[in-house]
This record gives sequence, structure tokens and C-alpha cells, in this order.
Amino acid sequence: MNTKSKNLKKTTKEFKNPFTSSAVIIIGIVLLGLSMIVSINFGASNLSYQDVLKAIFHFDPDNSSHVIIRELRLPRAIAAICVGAALAVSGAIMQGMTRNPLASPSIMGVTSGSSFLIAIALAALPGISYLGLMMFSFVGAGLGAGLVFGISAMAKGGVTPVKLALVGSAITSLLSSLSTAIGIKFNVSKDISYWYAGGVSSIQPQHILFAIPFIVVGLILALILSRSISVLSLGEDVAKGLGQRTVYIQFFGTIAVLLLTGAAVSIAGMIGFVGLVIPHITRFLVGVDYRWIIPCSAILGGILLITADIVGRMVNPPFETPVSAITALIGVPFFLYLARKEGRGL
Amino acid sequence: MTNTLSKNEAKYKFLMIMTFALIIVAVLISINAGYMKIPIADVIATLFGYGNPQNELTIFEFRLPRIFMALLVGLGISISGAILQGISQNPLADPGILGINSGAGFTVVLYMFFFQGTVFMTGWLSIFIMPFAALIGGFTAAFLIYILSWKNGRVTPVRLILVGIGINAAFGAGLTIFQMKMEPINFMKAIVWLSGSIWGTNWTFVWMIFLWLVVLIPLVLYKSRVLDVLKLGDSIAIGVGANIEKERRFLLFISVAIAGVCVSVGGGITFLGLIAPHMARRLVGASHSKMLPLSALLGALLLLLADTLGRVILAPMELPVGIVISVLGAPYFIYLLIKTT
Repeated sequence: MNTKSKNLKKTTKEFKNPFTSSAVIIIGIVLLGLSMIVSINFGASNLSYQDVLKAIFHFDPDNSSHVIIRELRLPRAIAAICVGAALAVSGAIMQGMTRNPLASPSIMGVTSGSSFLIAIALAALPGISYLGLMMFSFVGAGLGAGLVFGISAMAKGGVTPVKLALVGSAITSLLSSLSTAIGIKFNVSKDISYWYAGGVSSIQPQHILFAIPFIVVGLILALILSRSISVLSLGEDVAKGLGQRTVYIQFFGTIAVLLLTGAAVSIAGMIGFVGLVIPHITRFLVGVDYRWIIPCSAILGGILLITADIVGRMVNPPFETPVSAITALIGVPFFLYLARKEGRGL
Repeated sequence: MTNTLSKNEAKYKFLMIMTFALIIVAVLISINAGYMKIPIADVIATLFGYGNPQNELTIFEFRLPRIFMALLVGLGISISGAILQGISQNPLADPGILGINSGAGFTVVLYMFFFQGTVFMTGWLSIFIMPFAALIGGFTAAFLIYILSWKNGRVTPVRLILVGIGINAAFGAGLTIFQMKMEPINFMKAIVWLSGSIWGTNWTFVWMIFLWLVVLIPLVLYKSRVLDVLKLGDSIAIGVGANIEKERRFLLFISVAIAGVCVSVGGGITFLGLIAPHMARRLVGASHSKMLPLSALLGALLLLLADTLGRVILAPMELPVGIVISVLGAPYFIYLLIKTT
């Protein structure tokens, strides 16, 4: 009896109570709001916090600081949050679907597909516009994910998590090698690297308007799938035993990853760390239920990226340190602490 | 039952002989191909000591050291990858997860950044210093990862992988920061190094690596049964009486020692460490006593082919071998994934 209740307690601890998760969401949203205001306020021209609030709620087109906020700072802050949320959620989906702690959105072939087409675009069409590059990047993301999923589906025995991950890393390696080769041959590798380390600094309102619909649809799809992903993360046999059609879940999961990562990569380049690590951090905090993991990852990812963006601007002004590097430097100590504390993977 | 066993045995022997024969053919082609083409007849004549001085110089001082280097590095990286996949129980593991790549890459980029334009960078010394810089970085990262995943006298595979992700990301971030500040010429050099290319092709290095591998690889083969057991998972391994902590530490150490040396002269070629063991596993099954030798030979063959192609395709420009290996290896790897269950 005693041991039984102890075991029960242990199980409930594994599935942490919704209290913690709600707390993460509420505190997270407050932090997001605060960091958004800091992000908008911080920059070369000094603005007061009143200006920030006024520009958002009572916009005055003749006031130059209002224009700065509306045209430059606000898009940047929104972009950072959206990109962080999108990458974190697609990372969570990938790790749940493949049951592998090493899985990240880039393994689905999305980022390497996009870098492949970007390399082609930079080599073949010099002087292409930013929006044009975004289109190329998005098409490339689709190509990469399509290849990975198509090939795994063609394989004997159908799509299995391990196969998906292996095909993904093979395709990723193939496509990114091809883009490095193109970069070396046509002497555009520094341009490619700049595009990918770019972050959200040169974002403009129309870029965000282009990407946000994809991210919103992707997030909704992820939330709908979250229940099934929890089941799938218990293992394919269990999922099948419970009557789940795993191939459909994997297919729609891939679509969600494609929408989210594709949009994120085309506006902000390659910020791999968020998608890899935020899902782990979230899992340490809220447990193994993907109905909580997915919304919490979105919020934590947004916080990490917007903070990294602020720090990147503060480190060495007026130059900006690549946001991808800052995310790693902020996230790693915290991640290492959690990994040592819990030592539990999936 | 015995029939299938002997059939497997025959298949294994056949594959080993085939791969070995292919390696010899690849060596001959690789000697023959390049900016200066040497006819096969001349190659054979030179090898037996009847060549003219110019061919002798090209073959013995330039081509052969590089060929042996490619073979040894390919062999080492695949063995190291096979060990890591076994002890981490993770099919996605390659030597990169131990931070060897990112650590080595970071120190090499640091070295290029701080010594650009000085004697250390341009003189003959750089040939010797670069691999050492890489070696120090790789071992530091691996050491950090091992220390940080150590807790209560144990290192679990999951914690090892998680800590590896973290440390890799940190070194990768440092890499990006310095890389973005580099001059274009050094930036290209760094890209080539990071994508993997065979460095330090002289006999001194070949001998050093050869001796290193001759000591370490028999140890791995000797432990192949332990690897079989470890791969079944911790509880089963303990159940059949393996001292998993000790064995795992020992194997990890060997794997780091092998991969660190290979990366120091080969750069970022860890993709080979991912695919060669999988290829071998799909061809002869999961038993390490067969899978290790075959994946070693496959790795050597693949890296030699990739290096030769990289020299020839855009000659006189060289394509980093890491790129060629992905382009060459990935399709075959995918084919195997589709064909076998």
C-alpha cells in the first residue's frame, strides 16, 4: 500500500501538475511583454517608455520617434518573438515525433533545403532583393522537408522515427554540402553566412506580414496535434496499440515543422540552438505532456530570442553580435544546469 | 539455422574482400589522377622502383602520404562513430556529439583569427601547429563534456548526449562570433577547414596517426563483445554482468582519442562517422565483431574516393573532402535506408 502510493506520487511528479505549467505560461507572458517593451525602447535614438506605449496605442505619423517605433523597433521585437516561438515549437514536435533528444528542426531538412536554394539564388541572381531571397528560402524549406519525408515514406517498412531522423541527417548533410560547394565555387559563402547569421536586425514590416500567417497556422496545427504527439512520444508500438494512425500524425507534424521553421528561417536565418534546447528546457519544467510542452515552448522560445536580440545589440554597440551566437551563450549554462539536475531525456 | 549463420559468414567474408579490393583499385586510381596525370603503367613502375625522378617525387612525396592519410582518417572516424553509436545507444551519434568537431573548429578559427598574416600562419610551421591547435580544442571540449555529465560516479548516455548538445552549441557560438570578424581570405580558409579537408600530408603525420591507430584499434576489436552488450541498454548490460561504467569510460576514451587525432588532420568530416557504421550494420548486421572491421574498411574507401574526387573535379582548385563525402555518401546511405528494414 505504502509503496503503491509512493509510486503513484512518483508518476504524478513525472507528469507535473498543471499548476507549474500554468505558472510558466503566465509568468512567461508577463516576461514577454516586459522584454518587448525593453527591446523597443533600446537603441541608437533614445526613446522614453511613454513614447513606446503611445506609439503602440495612439500612433501619430508626424512624430519621428513614433515612426521609428512602428517601422523599425516594433517589427524587430515581433519578429524575434515569432521566430523564437516557431523554432521552439517545431523542435518540440521533432523531438516528440522521433523520440530522439538530438532531433532539431534542422534535421527535417528544412534549414539545409533553404540554405541550398539561397546559395543558388545568391550565385545565379546577384543583387536579388530581400523579399526574393525569402521566397527562395521558403521554397527550399519545402523541398528539403519534402525530400526527407518522401524518402522515409518510400523506405521498406514505412516511416519510423529512427528512419526519419537518419534520412533527415543524410539529406541535411547532402544539401548543406552542396550549398557550401556552391558558395566556394561562386565565391558567395560569406554572403550565405551573413544571411544565416543575420537574425532579425534588418526586418521590415512587410517581411513579417509575409511570414506571420505561416507561423500562426503552424502553431495552431501544432496545438491540435499536441495530444497525438504525446502518445507518439511513448513509442510507435504503444501509439499504434492505442489505435493511432502514426503516419498521419508524422505527416501533419512534418507540415507543421515545415510551416514554422520555413517561415522562421526565411526571416531570421539559421538559429539552430532554440529549436534544439528550448524543448528540453520546457520538458524539464513542465513534464512530458505535449499539450503543455508546445505552448510553453512557444513562450520560452520567444523570450530567449528576444532577450538574445537585446543582448546582441548591447554587447558591442553600434555593431551587432549575431543573435544565433547569443542565444547559445545565454541558453547553454541554463541548459547544462538542467541537464545535470534532472538527467532525464525524453 | 547453421545454414543462415554460415551464409552470413560467407557474406561477411565476401564483403570484406570486395571492399578491400575496391580500396586497392581506389589507391591506384588516386595515384594516377590529379593535376598531373601519371599513366597506370608508370605508376606501377614507380612503385617498384623503376620510375623517373619526377614521378617518384610526385608519387612518394605528394600522392602517397595523402592517400594513406585519407585511408587512416576514414578508418579512424568510422570506428570512432561505431563505438559512440554503441555506447550512447543513439543511432544519430557521431564523433561530433562529443564536441570534438566544434572544439577543434573553435581553436582553429581562433588560431587563424589571432595569427592571421604572421609567420605562424603563412610559414611552414603552420602545417605543424594547426593540427595541434585542433587536437587541443577537440580534447578540451570532450573533457568538458565528460566532466559535466559526471554525476554521482556515473555518466549516463542521455546526460552525455544532452551535455554534448550544450557544449557543442557554446563552441559553435564562439565560432560564429569570430568567423564573422574574419578577413575574407581567412574566412574561406576556415570554411574549408570546417567542411573537412585532409591536412598535413607528409610522412611524419602519416606515421604518427598510423602508430596511434595501430595501438587503439585492436583494443576496440577486443571490446566488440562488450559493445554488443552495452548497446542492449543499461539494465540488460548490468544484468549480464558488465561493469558498464568502467567499460563505457574506457570505450569513450578510445573513441575520443581516435576521433580527436583524425579531426586534427581532417577537419569536420564527422558525417562519415555517422554513415559508415550504419552502412556496415545494414550490410552484415549489428554484431560488432563483424560490423567494426567492415565499417572501418568502408570508411577508408569512402574517404579516399571522396578525397580523390575533391582533388580532381575542380582541379587545380580543391573541393573540401567533407563536402564530397556528403554528396557521395548520402545517396548510398539513403539507398540502404530504403532497401533494408
